[in-house]
Amino acid sequence: MQNWSALTRRDAMKAALLGSVALAAGNTGAARAADKLKAAWVYVGPVGDFGYSYQHDQGRIAVEKALGDKVATTFVENVPEGPDAERAIERLARDGNQIIFTTSFGFMDPTLKVAKKFPKVKFCHATGYKRADNVSTYSARFYEGRYVIGQIAGKMTKSNVVGYIVSFPIPEVVSGINAFMLGAQSVNPNVKVKIVWVNSWYDPGKEADAAKVLIGQGADIMVQHTDSTAPLQVAQEKGILGFGQSSDMAKFAPKAQITAITDDWDGYYVDQVKEMLAGTWKSTDTWDGMAKGMVVLPPIVNVPDDVKAMAEKTIAGIKDGSIKPFGGKITKQDGSVVENLDDGAILSMNWYVKGIDDKLPG
Amino acid sequence: MRIELEKRAERSKTLAWASPVIAVLATMVTGGLIFAALGKPPLAALWVFFVEPFASLWSLEELVVKATPLILIGVGLSVAYRANVWNIGAEGQLTAGALLGSTVPILFNAWNTPATLLAMLVLGAIGGMLWALIPAVLKIKAGANEILVSLMLVYVAQLLLDWLVRGPWRDPHGYNFPKSVAFENWQTMPTIGEGRLNLGIFIAVLIAVVLAVVMRRTIKGYEVRVMGEAPRAGRFAGFSADRMVLFSFLLSGGLAGLAGVIEVASTVGQLQPNISPGYGFTAIIVAFLGRLDPVGVVIAALMLAASYLGGEAAQIALGISDKAARVFQGVLLFWVLACDTLILYRPRLVRGPTAEAAR
Amino acid sequence: MTIDASALQAVLLTIVTASTPLLLAALGELVTERAGVLNLGVEGMMVMGAVAGFAVALTTGNPYLGVVAAALAGAALAAPFGFLTLNLVANQVATGLALTLLGLGLSGLIGEAFVGQPGVRLAKLHIPGLSDLPFVGPLLFGQDLLVYLSIALAVAVWRFLFASRAGLVLRAVGDNHASAHALGYSVVRVRWAAVLFGGALAGLGGGYLSLAYTPQWIENMTAGRGWIALALVVFSSWRPGRLVIGAYLFGAVTILGFFVQGLGVGVPAQLLSALPYLVTVVALVAISRRRGRGDAAPACLGKSFVPDR
Repeated sequence: MQNWSALTRRDAMKAALLGSVALAAGNTGAARAADKLKAAWVYVGPVGDFGYSYQHDQGRIAVEKALGDKVATTFVENVPEGPDAERAIERLARDGNQIIFTTSFGFMDPTLKVAKKFPKVKFCHATGYKRADNVSTYSARFYEGRYVIGQIAGKMTKSNVVGYIVSFPIPEVVSGINAFMLGAQSVNPNVKVKIVWVNSWYDPGKEADAAKVLIGQGADIMVQHTDSTAPLQVAQEKGILGFGQSSDMAKFAPKAQITAITDDWDGYYVDQVKEMLAGTWKSTDTWDGMAKGMVVLPPIVNVPDDVKAMAEKTIAGIKDGSIKPFGGKITKQDGSVVENLDDGAILSMNWYVKGIDDKLPG
Repeated sequence: MRIELEKRAERSKTLAWASPVIAVLATMVTGGLIFAALGKPPLAALWVFFVEPFASLWSLEELVVKATPLILIGVGLSVAYRANVWNIGAEGQLTAGALLGSTVPILFNAWNTPATLLAMLVLGAIGGMLWALIPAVLKIKAGANEILVSLMLVYVAQLLLDWLVRGPWRDPHGYNFPKSVAFENWQTMPTIGEGRLNLGIFIAVLIAVVLAVVMRRTIKGYEVRVMGEAPRAGRFAGFSADRMVLFSFLLSGGLAGLAGVIEVASTVGQLQPNISPGYGFTAIIVAFLGRLDPVGVVIAALMLAASYLGGEAAQIALGISDKAARVFQGVLLFWVLACDTLILYRPRLVRGPTAEAAR
Repeated sequence: MTIDASALQAVLLTIVTASTPLLLAALGELVTERAGVLNLGVEGMMVMGAVAGFAVALTTGNPYLGVVAAALAGAALAAPFGFLTLNLVANQVATGLALTLLGLGLSGLIGEAFVGQPGVRLAKLHIPGLSDLPFVGPLLFGQDLLVYLSIALAVAVWRFLFASRAGLVLRAVGDNHASAHALGYSVVRVRWAAVLFGGALAGLGGGYLSLAYTPQWIENMTAGRGWIALALVVFSSWRPGRLVIGAYLFGAVTILGFFVQGLGVGVPAQLLSALPYLVTVVALVAISRRRGRGDAAPACLGKSFVPDR
C-alpha cells in the first residue's frame, strides 16, 4: 500500500499524461540473472482491485524489498478460474520459476495438475485443501478478525441491526458471518444481522446499493465481505460506522471506518522464498491468524475508549490463544449444539449459528 | 482531405489474402510504438506476441485447445449471422450445454464407459439447443427481439450454474467449496500426448468443414444466404423466415452447448462457477473476423487464441501488464477490420468537399 | 412485516442512483442506433468515461470538470469506431466488440495510478425548503446534477427525434440511408454526430459511477452495465420514454432483490440476482406482443453505407 499512497496528486497526473503509469512497479523482466531465484504469482483479479489481489501483490513487492537481487519475481493478473488457469500456471513453471504462488481457491486443481508434471518446482496454493510433496497450502484465519469486529459492532449498535454485505457462500465467508455473530452476541444478546449476497467480489455499484438498502432497513453498522470501498463510503455519507475488508480503507471513509480486516501475506511470502533460498522448503499447511500477523486490524478509531480497550483485550486473547471464536458450546441455527470446532469443521463450514435469519443456499 | 471509397467490380482475390498480412504489419508498428511508450523493448514484445505462441509444441497444443471452443461457437454463429439471426447469447448456451452434459457424471457418477462421454456430448448439444430455443420461440411467437432475450439469458444461465455448484451439485467431499465432483476417465475427453490436447479440436474442425460444405454446396446453405440477404426473395422461393430463425438458433446454440460440455470435460474437468472466460462473446468477434465463413472462422479462432496466449506470455516474459495486452488485442482487431475494407473497396484520398455535399 | 417510510425512501433513492448510469449510456446508444449505427462498445466507452472523469476530478478537485472529461473521453473512444465503421465501412458488430476490449484495456492502464485513491464526489443539490420536505424532498429536490441531466436529456432526445427537422433527418438516415443520401443529406456526417453523441453519453454514464455513485476508481468498475444499457435500447423499441421506464424498471428490480434479502426471507440470492434479467425478458415479450407499427428497429441498423456514384 505504501507504494500507492506515496503517489502524490501531481505524480498521478503526470503518470496519467504519460499514459505509462506505475507499470514500472510490475516490471520484472529486466532483472533476470541466472543465479536469482525465480518466484511467480498468479492472481485471479487485477492488481488494481485495491482488495484481494492487490494485497497479494503487496506481498510479492515485500519479497522483492526484503530479498533484493537474490530473487526475480513475476506475476500474471486477471487469470480467470476456468480453463485458462492451468495454462498460466504451467507457463510459469516452464519459464523456469522455482516457486509459484497460486492465490485463489479456483486454482486448486490446476495447481495440482501442473505440480505433478513439474515435480522440482514448488507450489503454494492459497485457501485450498489439496496438498502434495511440492504443493503447500496457506490461508489466513480471517474469522478471528471478524469475531473482534463482531464485539465492537455489538457494543456500538443502537438499533441492534447490523448490515452485512457478502459475496459468495463459501466456507471462509460463512465462518466469517458466524464468528462475527458469536462476537456480537458475546456482548449484546439482542443484536440482529441482516445479510445481503451481491454475488460478486467487487462491484462497487451493487455493494453501494446493498448498503443503502440495508441502512434504510435500520442497520446502523455496516460490515462487508466484499472487496470494494463502496459500502464504507455509503456508511460515511449516511453518518454510520462500519468496517473495511481486505485493505485499510480509512482513506475512503475516515469517519466511518472503525477498523478493517486486512490480509498481510508479506511474512508468509518472504518466509517461503527464504526457505527456497536456503534449500529447506517443505510442503506445509499454513493457516495463521492474528498471532502470526497474517490477519491484521488497523488501529481502532471512531469508538469510545472502553470499546477500544475491550477490542484490544480480545485481540490479545486471540493472539495468546485464551479466546477461541469457535471454542466452547455453539448453538446452530437449527438448534443443535456443537463444541470446540476443529480446523476441518471451520474450513468446511456451511451452517449458520443461532440468531441469523438468513438461509444458506443448497 | 478525406477518404473516399470506391467499390471494386469484384472482391479482390489478392487483397483477400494480403489484407490480414497488412493488418498484422500495421499492428506490429502500432504495437511497437505502444510498447516503446510503456518503456518495454518493442521488438522483444512483438516477438513474444507473434512468434512465441507458435514456437513450442506445448504452446501450439495450448493454442489449439484455446481455439477449440472459439471454432465450435464461431462457426455456428457465422451461419446464424449469415441468415440475419442475431444470437448474442452463445455464452449462455455454452453454460446450459455444460450443465446438461454434466448431469451424466454428477448424477450417474458410477457409469464410466465410452458411451458415457457420448451421452455427455449429445446432452451438451441438446442443452445448448434448449437454451437457444427460448429466444427463438419468443422471437417467432411474440416477435421479441432475439438480441436482448439471448443476452439476458446468459446471465440467467450463469446464475443457475452458480446456484447448482454451490448447492445441490456440490462435491460432498469438497469441504463445501463451490465445485462438483471431478470427472474421471470416460467422463472426460480423451487426450492426445502429454498435454491438454484432446479430441475436441477434431470435432470442431470436422464440424467446420461440414458446415463449409453445407454453406457452399447445398440447398440449405443457399437458403441461409438468401434469407439473410434478401428475405423477401426467399419467401417467394418458399423459404420460411420462422424456420430459419429456429434453424439458426438450434445450430448455433447446439454448437455452443457442445463447446461448453467439451470444456468442462477437458480443460476444467468438473463443474464450477467459472467454466468459460467469455468464449461465447469472443466467438462473436471470431465469426466476423472470419468473414462469416466456416473456414475463415477456423483461422480467426486460431489468431484470436494466439493473441490471448501472446498476451499472457508478454506478462510473464516482459512484465507487460494485462491491460496493455488487451489494448494490443483491440488494436490488432481494429487493423484487421480496417484492412478488410480493401478487399471490397479501393480507398482514395480526396481533397475538397465531399461528393455527397457537392450534389 | 411493516415497511416504514424511511426504508421506502432509501429504496427509492437507491433505485434512482442505480438507474441513472444505465439511462445515460442507453440514451446515447439509442440516438446512435436511430441513425442506423450499432455500437456494441458501450461498456468500453463507459469505463473510459469512468476513469477519465475520476482522474480529472481528482487532479483538479472539481467534479464538474470530471463530468465534462467523462463525456469527452467517451466521445474520444467512439471516434476510432466512427472512423472504422463509417469511413472504412468496417463491420459494426466486430468493431464495437473490439472497442470494448480497447476501452477496458486503456482505462486499466490509465487508471493504475488512481487505484486506492478516494475520489471527489459530485455534490447533491440542496434547495433550502424544498430539499428538506419530508419524504419527497430528497427524492425530487436532493439528487445530483447528472440525475436531472439524464431525465432532461431523455426529454430532449425525445423532442429532438420526433419534433425536430434534424431528428427527422437522423431517423431517415437510420431507416433508409440510400433515400436520405438521394435527398442530399450526408449519411456519414449524421452518423458521425450520432456516434460521438452516443460515446459522450456512455462516457457520462461511466463518469456517474466514478463521480457520484461510488467515488473511486477500480478496474472494470462498470461491471457489465454497458451490456445492460445495450439491452435496454432494444427493450425500449428505440423510444426515449420507454427507455426511461426500462432503466428504472431494471434498477428497481435489482434493488428490490437486495431489499428482500435484507428482510431475511431466504430466497436463493442467485434467483434474486437473475430477476432483473427475467423481468426484462418478460416485459419485452409483453410489449412485443401488442406492438404496433413503427416500433421495429431502424431498418438500416448495423448496415454500412457507401455512396455509389
